[in-house]
Amino acid sequence: MKSDVSVQPMSHTLVSRLCQVLEPRRVHTEAADIDLYKRDASNIEGRAGVVCFPITTTEVQDVIRICAEFNQPFVARGSGTGLAGGATPLDGAVVISTAKMNRLLSVDPINRTAWIEPGMLNLDLTREVAHLGLHFAPDPSSQQSCTIGGNVANNSGGPHCLADGVTSSHILACEVVLSDGSLVVLGGEEPEPIGLDLRGAFIGSEGMFGITTKICVRLMQNYSSVKTMLMDFTSVEAGAETVSAIIAAGMVPAALEMMDQLCLEAVEAYIHAGLPTDAAAALLVEVSGLPHAVDEETERISDIGRAHGARTIRVAQDEAERALLWKGRKTAFGAIARIKPNYYLHDTVVPRRKLNEVLQEVYRIAKRHDLLVLNVFHAGDGNLHPLLVFDKREPGVMERVHAAGEEIVRVSVAAGGVLSGEHGIGLEKRDFMPLMFGPHDLHAQSAMRVAFDPLGIANPFKVLPSPSRCGDAHDIGEDMWV
Amino acid sequence: MGLDLSPFAEVVGPASSGSVWIAGQQSRLTAPSSIRRVTAPSGIYDLQPDEMTVVCGAGMSIDELQDSLRAVGQYVNLPRGDSGSGTVGGALATGRSDIYRLGRGATRDTLLQARFVNHDGQVVSAGGPTVKNVSGFDLCRLLVGSLGQLGFLGEVILRTRPIPQSSRWFMMSEAGPEIVEAILRRVYRPASVLWDGHKVWFCIEGNSRDCDETTRHLAADLQSPTEVAGPPTLDHYPFRQSVPPAELAELVQSHVQQETGQLVVEAGVGIVHRQTPAEPKATEKTIELLHQRLLQQFNPTGRLNPGVSLTTVSTL
Ligand SMILES: Cc1cc2nc3c(=O)[nH]c(=O)nc-3n(C[C@H](O)[C@H](O)[C@H](O)COP(=O)(O)OP(=O)(O)OC[C@H]3O[C@@H](n4cnc5c(N)ncnc54)[C@H](O)[C@@H]3O)c2cc1C
Ligand SMILES: Cc1cc2nc3c(=O)[nH]c(=O)nc-3n(C[C@H](O)[C@H](O)[C@H](O)COP(=O)(O)OP(=O)(O)OC[C@H]3O[C@@H](n4cnc5c(N)ncnc54)[C@H](O)[C@@H]3O)c2cc1C
Repeated sequence: MKSDVSVQPMSHTLVSRLCQVLEPRRVHTEAADIDLYKRDASNIEGRAGVVCFPITTTEVQDVIRICAEFNQPFVARGSGTGLAGGATPLDGAVVISTAKMNRLLSVDPINRTAWIEPGMLNLDLTREVAHLGLHFAPDPSSQQSCTIGGNVANNSGGPHCLADGVTSSHILACEVVLSDGSLVVLGGEEPEPIGLDLRGAFIGSEGMFGITTKICVRLMQNYSSVKTMLMDFTSVEAGAETVSAIIAAGMVPAALEMMDQLCLEAVEAYIHAGLPTDAAAALLVEVSGLPHAVDEETERISDIGRAHGARTIRVAQDEAERALLWKGRKTAFGAIARIKPNYYLHDTVVPRRKLNEVLQEVYRIAKRHDLLVLNVFHAGDGNLHPLLVFDKREPGVMERVHAAGEEIVRVSVAAGGVLSGEHGIGLEKRDFMPLMFGPHDLHAQSAMRVAFDPLGIANPFKVLPSPSRCGDAHDIGEDMWV
Repeated sequence: MGLDLSPFAEVVGPASSGSVWIAGQQSRLTAPSSIRRVTAPSGIYDLQPDEMTVVCGAGMSIDELQDSLRAVGQYVNLPRGDSGSGTVGGALATGRSDIYRLGRGATRDTLLQARFVNHDGQVVSAGGPTVKNVSGFDLCRLLVGSLGQLGFLGEVILRTRPIPQSSRWFMMSEAGPEIVEAILRRVYRPASVLWDGHKVWFCIEGNSRDCDETTRHLAADLQSPTEVAGPPTLDHYPFRQSVPPAELAELVQSHVQQETGQLVVEAGVGIVHRQTPAEPKATEKTIELLHQRLLQQFNPTGRLNPGVSLTTVSTL
C-alpha cells in the first residue's frame, strides 16, 4: 500500500490499523482508486478517505471497531447505484464496500427462503434460484447492478412490487454489525421473533443504523402464466384514469407502468419495438398467476382500457415480444442518454387519483425552467419518476434543474404525496424532510437513529435535516454539487 | 389533516401526568386496575377504494372496519381476535398475523401511516399516506408489535386489498410431512396450509376454476382433497410458538410420536398453535440492549403501558 496525500494525518494511523485487520490490498487509499467512490449514481459528490473491501462479517466488525475507536464515520457501499447520495462519503469517511461479500449461502426451496451476503447483485439471486422455480420479488430497474444490501438499506422497489410489495416484505432477517462493532441478528427465519420489529426498523435506514452482513430473504414462486400488454392513449389523463379504474375494479396487476410521449419516442429510437410514438402515454400492464385468473384479468383490464379510450391494446404473443416490451421499460435510461448527456431522475409518490394533475404540473414546471422532461414510472402505486434531461455544460442549467426538482417535490407533497417512493432521502432530499414531517416527527426518527447508533458514526449527516440530527452537524459543502 | 387528535393527546397528557394504559377491547390484555385508562378515537375518516387505503381511528373495531370495506370489495389484512373482533390499534400494537400469513403476508405490512401520541402527550406522525413510501426511517414497522410501549396509536392509514374472488378450504387426511411439502411446492401461492401431523388443511384464493384445476392435479398425483367449510377451529390451542418453518416437520412428528399434547402448525410460516405452552426462549443480549435504548428514547419514564415487557416471550 502506498501513502496517499489525500489522507489526513490522523488517518495514517487509522489506515495502518485497517491494514492489520484486512489484507492491505483490500484497503485502498490511492487517490485514483478512491476517487471512484466519491459519489453514488446521483450527482452528489463527497470524498472517501479510504475504501475497504472486507470479505467476512468478522472483518466488517474489525473495521467498524477501528472506526469507533477513532470516532471516524463510515459508509456502507453496495454498487453505488443509489440516486439520493446515500453512499456518498462525506469528509473523508471510511467506505466499507460489500462488493466482495456476494455469495448465496443457502436456499430452502420448500419454505422459500435463502441466506445471502449483502453484496450479492439483485438479479444474480433470481438467476441462482430460477431452477427451483423461484425468484426474489423486488426488481429495481437497476437490478443487474444493485446489491441486495443496498436494496435493504433503501427499502427498494421495482415494477413488480405493486402486487408483491417492496423489499421490506421480502426480508426475514438481517445480520447487522452495529456502530460499536457488535453483531446482532434482527428478525429471524421464525415468523414472530421476540420483541419489536427491529428488522423492519433497519430496512430503509440508509446505512445509518449499521451494516448488514448477511440477509435472509423470502423467495416467491414463479407464476405459471403471464400476460403483458401495452395500451396507448391520446392523453395522459386517459392513461392515468385507466390506472385508477383498474385498481378500483379490484385488480392488482403484477406491474402497471406508464411512459409518456417523449419517453416512448426515445425508447423506440433505441430498441425499435414498434412502440406507439404518437401516443401521449402508454401503459405497460402485466398480469401473472394461474391461467384462468390471468385470462380473465387481461380481458377485464382491456375492457377498462377501451372504456377509457385506449387506441390500441397490444398483448405480447410470446416470450420474445414480452421481453421486448419490458426491454423498452427497463432500458429507458439508456435511451434517454441519446437525447442529452445528463439526467436527473426524481422520485416522488402521489395518490393515484392525483397522477394526471401532478403530471400536468410537472410538464408546466419543466417548461417554465426550459427543460426537457420525460416520464417513465410505476403508475400503479402512484410512484412518479420525472426525468429531467440536460447538458450540464450549458451555463446555468444546473440551477434550473435543481429549481425544477424542488418544485416537483413540493407539488407532489402538496398533492398528498410523499418525498420518495423508492430512492430514499440520503443527502438529496434531506433538507426537504420538513415538508412532510414536523419537529416531533423528525425527533422520533432521530430517536431511532440514536438507539441504533449512539456513536453517530454510521453514515452520518444523511436523511435527518440538521436540527433533528442530534449532534451530527454538517452541511453539504461548497465543493459538492447536488 | 385527518382526525383531530388533540383531545386524545390531552387525555394521554404530558410526561408529568403519571402512568397511563391504552385499552382496545381488552380481548387479550386488560389494563391493571391502578392505572388510568384511555381509549383511541374510532371511526372511518376516509376510504378511497381506488387508492386501496383507508384512514381510521385506531380504536375502531376490526369487524366494523371490515364491514365497511366489504361494501367496496376490499379488506384489511388484520387478525380478528377470537373473543370479539378486537380493535385496529390492538391488533397493530400486538403485531400478530393470522393463519393467512403465508398467502396474504404479515400484519406489519398493513400499516402505512400512524399518528400516535408520544410519552409527552405530543402527536407524532410516522410513515406516509401513500402505498409506497421510503421518506425517512420506517417508524411504522417499529410501532407494529410495540404493545403501546412506544406511543399510543390515534389514527392510522392502512393498506386495503381486493377481496379474492373465491377463498376455498380443502383437507387431506393421513398427511405426512411429504404431503405437506408437496402442497407447499405445488399449490400456487396458497393462502394458508395448516397441519396437525395427521391432517392437512389448505386454502386457495383467487379464481375458482384455477382452484378446481389445482385440486384435480393434486388428486391425480397425491390424494383427492376434500373441500371443507373452513379452517379447523383453533379454540383448543390457546398457546402460540414461533419457530423457523424448516423445523416444523420434526417438531410435529416428535409430538405425534410422544403424544405430548397436540399441535396445529402453519406450514411454510412457522407458527405453532399449542395446547400447552412452549418453553420460553431467552432474549439475546444485544437485542435486549436495543430494546432498552429504544424505550429510553420513546418511553423514558415508563409511563406508557407500564408493566408490559416486550422482550419476555409471550406464549399466548
Ligand atoms: C438506472 C437506475 C435505475 C434505478 N431503478 C430503481 C428502481 O426501479 N427502484 C428502486 O428502488 N431503485 C432504483 N434505483 C436506485 C438504486 O439502484 C437502489 O436504491 C439500490 O437499492 C441501491 O443499491 P446499491 O447496491 O447500488 O447501493 P448503494 O448505492 O451502494 O447504497 C445505497 C444505500 O445503501 C447503504 N448500504 C449499501 N449496502 C449496505 C449494507 N450492506 N448495509 C447497510 N447499508 C448499506 C449505503 O450506505 C447507501 O445509503 C435505480 C438506480 C439507477 C441508477
Ligand atoms: C398476548 C396476545 C396474544 C395474541 N395472540 C393472537 C393469536 O394467536 N392470533 C390472533 O389472531 N391474534 C392474537 N392476538 C391479537 C388479538 O386477538 C387482538 O387482535 C388484539 O389484541 C386486539 O384486540 P383488542 O382491541 O382487544 O386489544 P387489547 O387486548 O385491548 O390490547 C392489546 C395490546 O395492544 C395495546 N393497544 C391497544 N390499542 C392500542 C393503541 N391504539 N395504540 C397502542 N397500543 C394499543 C394494549 O395496550 C395492549 O397492550 C393476540 C394478542 C395478544 C395481546
